[in-house]
Amino acid sequence: MTGNLKENSLHVGVLVILAALFFVVSDYHDGNLARIMVLAVYAVGYNLLFGYSGLLSLGHALFFAAGMYGLGLSMNLLGFAALPALLVGIVFSAGVSAIVGFLALRTSGVAFMIVTLMFAQAGFLTALHFGEYTRGDEGFVIQQASRMIAGIDLSAHANRYFAAFGFFALSYVAVAILVRSPFGRCLVAIRENEERARMLGYDVWMHKYLAVIASGTISGLSGAAYALLFGYAGATFASVQYSILPLLWVLLGGAGTTIGPLIGTAFAFYLIDLASEITTAHLLVVGLTIVLLTLFAPQGISGELRRRGLKWLP
Amino acid sequence: MNLLETRCLSRSFGGLKAVDNVDFAVPEGQVRALIGPNGAGKSTFVAAVCGRIRAESGSVHFDGKDISRLPAHRRIEMGMAYTFQITSVFANLTAHENVALGVRRIARLGRRDIDQKVMEVLDRVGLAERSDQSAGDLSYGHQRLLEIAMGLGQMPKLFIMDEPTQGLAEGEIEEFKHLIRQLAGDTTILLIEHNMNVVMETAEQITVLNSGCVLAEGTPEEVRANSDVQAAYLGTG
Repeated sequence: MTGNLKENSLHVGVLVILAALFFVVSDYHDGNLARIMVLAVYAVGYNLLFGYSGLLSLGHALFFAAGMYGLGLSMNLLGFAALPALLVGIVFSAGVSAIVGFLALRTSGVAFMIVTLMFAQAGFLTALHFGEYTRGDEGFVIQQASRMIAGIDLSAHANRYFAAFGFFALSYVAVAILVRSPFGRCLVAIRENEERARMLGYDVWMHKYLAVIASGTISGLSGAAYALLFGYAGATFASVQYSILPLLWVLLGGAGTTIGPLIGTAFAFYLIDLASEITTAHLLVVGLTIVLLTLFAPQGISGELRRRGLKWLP
Repeated sequence: MNLLETRCLSRSFGGLKAVDNVDFAVPEGQVRALIGPNGAGKSTFVAAVCGRIRAESGSVHFDGKDISRLPAHRRIEMGMAYTFQITSVFANLTAHENVALGVRRIARLGRRDIDQKVMEVLDRVGLAERSDQSAGDLSYGHQRLLEIAMGLGQMPKLFIMDEPTQGLAEGEIEEFKHLIRQLAGDTTILLIEHNMNVVMETAEQITVLNSGCVLAEGTPEEVRANSDVQAAYLGTG
């Protein structure tokens, strides 16, 4: 099918461009791009739940932070090497999302938003409460010497870029495959009309539950990767702001599109970057842009592209 | 053998007994119509059969098993299909995808086989040429037909249709009757219908509900001749 060919070409193209950019742009932008790619993993995870399943969570910072602390604390307190610590981060965020999902999915709509928000706040306060280990808001540094996998120093410029690229490529391709699978199609059906999906014989609750776990685990991977590549973990990442950010990125980039999370994350990152060069009131510029986008491209950037002719955009 | 049976099935809303101790049975392969005046409890009854709403008491048996405690999706999995009275298609998905969602659940087929099956079903209801259109862009009548196609795609043992011809044009109703006759024998059909013409021409047996109770049951001729039915529903004629 030509649609599939176009989709695959797009996905490969995006990854090739990201890899090539390292050799093209300056070190400063390389650094930015590494950060964007790691955060885009978070947005990809969020988009799976919000964009494809239609579940608006306001508590994803909990999953991000679970991955971050899972890695950071196991390295700093238990002396784990980077790779096992990364696994701890992923498994921990999967566990947290399994518990939160199990309880939060008893609700839906606004109640779901509030319940997830409350869980995330509880997580944030827990991180502060155990400040002795987490060092609270101040956070802690993960020593450069321990940020190595298979002898590769992940704090080095090029290594960090390509590690970030690897994490992004992994989650991007995984979600692109997932949303095209029968499972992903059913998530979209649930988003569109839950009752109809149920009356087609789908176990709606189980599909949503698995979506929460997958979404939370990818978010946790992002948190763990962030701590690993940038050497820092702190409670700010568990705060409500970090629950709102992925929602914002996904809305800007285009919810329910595979490429949207990357576009949205990059767009928001550079918007803040450029605006703060021009004025100290950079959040005003950001706010205004968001208002304009919401007014004129409510489907986000890639959603708007899809509406204007690129109907095949996955 | 009866494919579907209910025993003393009841459901009330507030003080109103919408379904009141209904004993009901449909043998395998039969086309059964369920008729009755507005508010007779027809939709509530089938909703309780397929699990959309919980019955308060009584039991539902399907394919020899007691399914009273199963959630809706498990009942559908066992071989029921249900089309909604109020059109409920996935408006933002294509007609093809609407049907494919049903086909994919029942059959672990490759992409190509699913495509083929979907097109076959769409062709059967006359929507093959519109397979790439968003369901929401289809006309109301076509959306009704798509609902039916979504049911057909599941190849159900029992096909429950809640007012399928509502809003269809004359020609489409003829097509629909033709479709039911084709399905008859292979698929057991439970049809809630207001269009008496459709009921009399397609149903082998008719059950008449009134105020939540079974008022009469029989062949179209028997039901037509029943004086209680005439009084309650058909008018004095």
